[in-house]
Amino acid sequence: MIKTKEEIQQLKGLGYNNGDNNDIDAKAENVKIGLEIHCQLTSLQTKLFCGCFSNYRNLKPNINTCPICLGLPGSLPRLNKKAIEYATMICISFNCNVPEKITFYRKNYFYPDLPKNFQITQYNSYELSSIGSDGSLQYHDDINDNKIKRYNQKIVRIKRIQLEEDPGKIVYENNNSKLTNHCLIDYNRAGVALVEIVTEPDFTNAGDVRLFLHKITNIFEYLGVSDPNLDGAVRCDVNVSIKGGKKVEIKNISSFKDVEKSIFYEVTRQKTLSTHEIKVKSETRHWDEKRKITIPARTKEEEDEYKYFPEPDIPRILLGSNFKEEIKEKMPELPSERLDRYKGIHKLSNHISTILVNNKKISDFYEKSLKIYYSPKEISNWIVNELLSKINDDDDVGEEKDDSNDTFLSNNRAFNTSATPQQIADIAKLVDQSSINRNTAKDIFNKSIITGESPIKLSQTIKVEKIADIYILTKCINDILNNEKHLVEQSINNPNVYNFVLGKLMKKTGGRADPQISLKLIKDMIEKEKDLLYK
Amino acid sequence: MLGIPIGIKDNISVLGLKTTCASKILKEYVSPYNATVIDLLEKQDALIIGKMNMDEFGMGSSSELSHYGAVHNPWNIEYVAGGSSGGSAAVVSSLQVPVALGSDTGGSIRCPSSFCSVIGMKPTYGTVSRYGLVSYSNSLEQIGPIARTVYDIVLILNTICGHDLSDDTSINKQFDFTINSIDNILSKNYKIGIISNLIDSSENQVVRTINKKIEKLKEYGFNVQETSINYSDFALAAYYIIATAEASSNLSRFDNIRYGFDFSPEGYEWNSYSSHVRSNFGEEVKRRILVGSFVLSAGYYGKYYLKAQKIRNIIKNEFNKLFKLFDILLLPTMPILPFKIGEKGSKPLELYNLDIYTILANLSGIPAISIPAGFSKDGLPIGLQLLSNELNEQKLLDVATFFEKDDKFNEWNPKI
Repeated sequence: MIKTKEEIQQLKGLGYNNGDNNDIDAKAENVKIGLEIHCQLTSLQTKLFCGCFSNYRNLKPNINTCPICLGLPGSLPRLNKKAIEYATMICISFNCNVPEKITFYRKNYFYPDLPKNFQITQYNSYELSSIGSDGSLQYHDDINDNKIKRYNQKIVRIKRIQLEEDPGKIVYENNNSKLTNHCLIDYNRAGVALVEIVTEPDFTNAGDVRLFLHKITNIFEYLGVSDPNLDGAVRCDVNVSIKGGKKVEIKNISSFKDVEKSIFYEVTRQKTLSTHEIKVKSETRHWDEKRKITIPARTKEEEDEYKYFPEPDIPRILLGSNFKEEIKEKMPELPSERLDRYKGIHKLSNHISTILVNNKKISDFYEKSLKIYYSPKEISNWIVNELLSKINDDDDVGEEKDDSNDTFLSNNRAFNTSATPQQIADIAKLVDQSSINRNTAKDIFNKSIITGESPIKLSQTIKVEKIADIYILTKCINDILNNEKHLVEQSINNPNVYNFVLGKLMKKTGGRADPQISLKLIKDMIEKEKDLLYK
Repeated sequence: MLGIPIGIKDNISVLGLKTTCASKILKEYVSPYNATVIDLLEKQDALIIGKMNMDEFGMGSSSELSHYGAVHNPWNIEYVAGGSSGGSAAVVSSLQVPVALGSDTGGSIRCPSSFCSVIGMKPTYGTVSRYGLVSYSNSLEQIGPIARTVYDIVLILNTICGHDLSDDTSINKQFDFTINSIDNILSKNYKIGIISNLIDSSENQVVRTINKKIEKLKEYGFNVQETSINYSDFALAAYYIIATAEASSNLSRFDNIRYGFDFSPEGYEWNSYSSHVRSNFGEEVKRRILVGSFVLSAGYYGKYYLKAQKIRNIIKNEFNKLFKLFDILLLPTMPILPFKIGEKGSKPLELYNLDIYTILANLSGIPAISIPAGFSKDGLPIGLQLLSNELNEQKLLDVATFFEKDDKFNEWNPKI
C-alpha cells in the first residue's frame, strides 16, 4: 500500500482549484494524461448485433437477452446499421477521418461477463479498420470560470474512435465481492453499442480533463446519440504518466468527479514514487470508489494477448467515399455551431451564448421560446438572468444531495423548471411591446411561474397603470417612513436612502408607483422630516 | 415436403432438441431456438426426425471423433463413414431417411457422401443461412443436403437457399434450381476440366474409377480437357490455419457458465473451473484450439494467419482463371478408399492430408458436389467431385443428373 500520511496531506492540499499553478507544475513533471472514453449509443432502439432493447436499465436480470447477445451456439451477429451512422456523427464531431470501408475484429479473452468470451470490436494494428481515426477537438477553459475571464484555446488529439459491444455486468450480492464466494451475471447490458474514443496523452491536469469531458458529453447530447445522464452511459478510463515513468492505466471510474480525484491521486502517487527514486512501472490499477485511491489490478488483465482477427461473421462494410458527407448533411447542429449562431446572428454576448449552449436543455428551451416570439436579446435575458438564477437558488439548498448523485452528467446542473417557452416568449413580448416596466414584468413572471398562468392574462388582471396620484403616494411614503424612522437620520450621510425608500414604495404598490413623481415626493418628505428633526 | 423425414447434423440448432455437436461439453445443451434452415424446412411441413452423429464440432474426416461413438459405414460396418457429417451420410445411404442436412467446412458433407455412396452438396458460400449452425470455421462452412437422388438435392436446395437477414454473410439472391432433361444438358455443351495434377496423387482404384467416368463424358460428347491447378500444395496449410484460428475463437464460449454439461462449480475458483471444464473437449478439438490460438498470437499473425489469407486469395484467383476456360472442374472427392475404424486414429496429419481435394471449394467459396462413382474391388464406395464457379450450382446438378441417368447410382443400395 503506497498511501502514506504525507500523501494524504498532499492530496488534500491539491484541492480542486489548481488551474495554472498546477499546469506549470505539470510541465516540469511532464505529466501526461490520456483518456479512453466509452459512450453507449443509448438512443439506438436495439443492441449492436441483435434486436434486444438498447435500454437495459431497470429490468429484471437476464430478461433483455436473446440467443445472439447471450452468445448461444450457432447464433450470428446482425449489425445495427444505425449504430454506424451514430458513430460516424461522433467521428465528424471529433474531426476524425472516416475510411471508405471498416472492419470488425474479435478481441479474444476469457471473462464471465463476456458471453462469447470474445468481444466484437475494431482494431487498427493490422489495417485501418476503425470508424474514426486521427481527429482532434478544441476546448477552452473560459466556460466554467466566469470570475476570471480566460479564453485559452486547447486542443486534444483523438487517436481513434471505434464501435464495439458492451459486456454484461458482474453483480456481487450485498455489493461486496469479499463476503460471498460467488458472483451473479446479468447479461441485459451485453451487446449494447459502445463507441470508444481514445485520445492522445495531451492533457496535463485534471481540470482540463473535466472541461474536455463536459464538452464531449455535451456533444453526445446535441447529436442525440446518447444520454450521458443515464447511469453508466458514459465511462472513462484514464492513463497517467510522469517524467521517467511508465504509463499507468486507471479503470473502474464511475463519475466525473472521480476522474479528477483519481488523476490527483495517481499523479501524487507517481510523484512520490519518483522522489523516492522508485521507477513507475506499467500497470493497470483499479479506482477504489470508497477509499478514493487506486489499487493494483489483478495481473491477469494486464496480459496483452487478445488474439485479434477480423470477425468472419461480419463482412467488411463498404461505406463509400460520400458516406461522411451524407451523414454530415443530416447531422444535428453541434454546440460549437450553435454558439457561433448565437453570437453572430442573434448578437448575444459570448457569456450569455456560452451559458445557453453549455446545456442542451437550456439551449433547446431558448430555441423553442424564440420560435414563439423572436427576440433573442430579451428571451436570452429572461432565461439566463431570471429563470436560471431562480433554479440555481433552489438548487443551492439541495446541493449536497446533488454531489452524491454525481455521474457523468453533461453539465453541472440539470435544468428542471416548470416554466414553459410560451411563458418566456410572452413575458419578452410584454416587455418589448407594452409600456410595463421591468419590475412589474418580473412580478408578473414570478407569479406566472408559480401559478402557471399566462403572463399576458396576468398583465391584464393586475392593474398596470402607474400611480401618479400624489395623495396616495404621500400616504404610502408616510407609512414607510413611520415604520423605519432611522431612515431619515441615515439620509444625512447616505444619498442612497432615497432609492431604498423608492424600492420599498414599489414593493408596496406592486411596481405601479410612478418613479419620477415618487422620487420627488420622497426627497421632499425626507427633507421636511429632517428639518423637523434638527429644528 | 409434407411428412418427409429429414435427419439433421447435430451441430444445427433445432428448438427443443439437444444440440451436442458430438461433444461432451454440450451434452445437456438444448437449443432454445431454430436454425434458419430448420424454420424453412418446417415451413414446408418437413419432419425433423432426429439429430445425426458427427466428428466433435465438425473436426474430423472419419466421424470417429465423437464423444458418443464412431459412425459405421453402411457398406461395411468395419469401415468409417467419413466425416464430419458421417451420421447424415450413413442414414441416407442405409435408407433410413431420404435426405439429411450436413455442414461442410473442408469437405464434411462431400467426404462422407463419397465414403457412403450418396450425393452430397456444398453450395456457394452465402447461399444457405448459417444462423443456428454451431460455428467451427465461419468463413469456410456451409450447410448443405445429402440425398440419394439429384431430385431430392434440388428439392432441399430450393427450400434452404436464399437470403437471410440473420446472417450478414448471406447473399441477397433468390434461387430456383431444376432437373433438366438429358437432351437439354447435352445441348449446353459444358466444358469440363479434369484436374489431372491432383487426380494422379490418388489411390489406383480411385484413379481408375474416375477415369471410367471421364470416358463416359467423352462418349456423350462433353468437351473434356485436362488441366491443372497451381498452389494447391499451399492450400492445405492455409486451410488448417484459417479453420483452427476461427475455431479457437468460436469454441471459447464453451465455458459451462450459461449452458453445457453437468459439472458443479462448487469448490472451484473461476480460473480453475474454466480449465477443468475445457479439459472435456476431445483431443482433436484441443489440438485445433491450441494451433488456432498459436497462429493468432500477437507476433505470429502476419506469419501465419495473414499469409493463409493471401494464399486463399491466390487459390480464388486460380479458380477464377480456370472458370474462364471451363464450366465444370472434375476430380475425386477423396484420394483414398474408406479405411477401417481405428486405423488412422493416432495419425492426425495423415487425416488432414485426406482433405486436400475438398478444401479447395471451401477456401474459394465455390459450390461442389460429390456423387457416387463406383466401388473398389472390395465393394467400398468411391466418389466423384464436381466444382463450378460461384452460384453455378445448376451446372453441377446438370452433370450429376447426367451420371445418375447413365449408371442409375441412386439404385445402389448397401446390403445391411
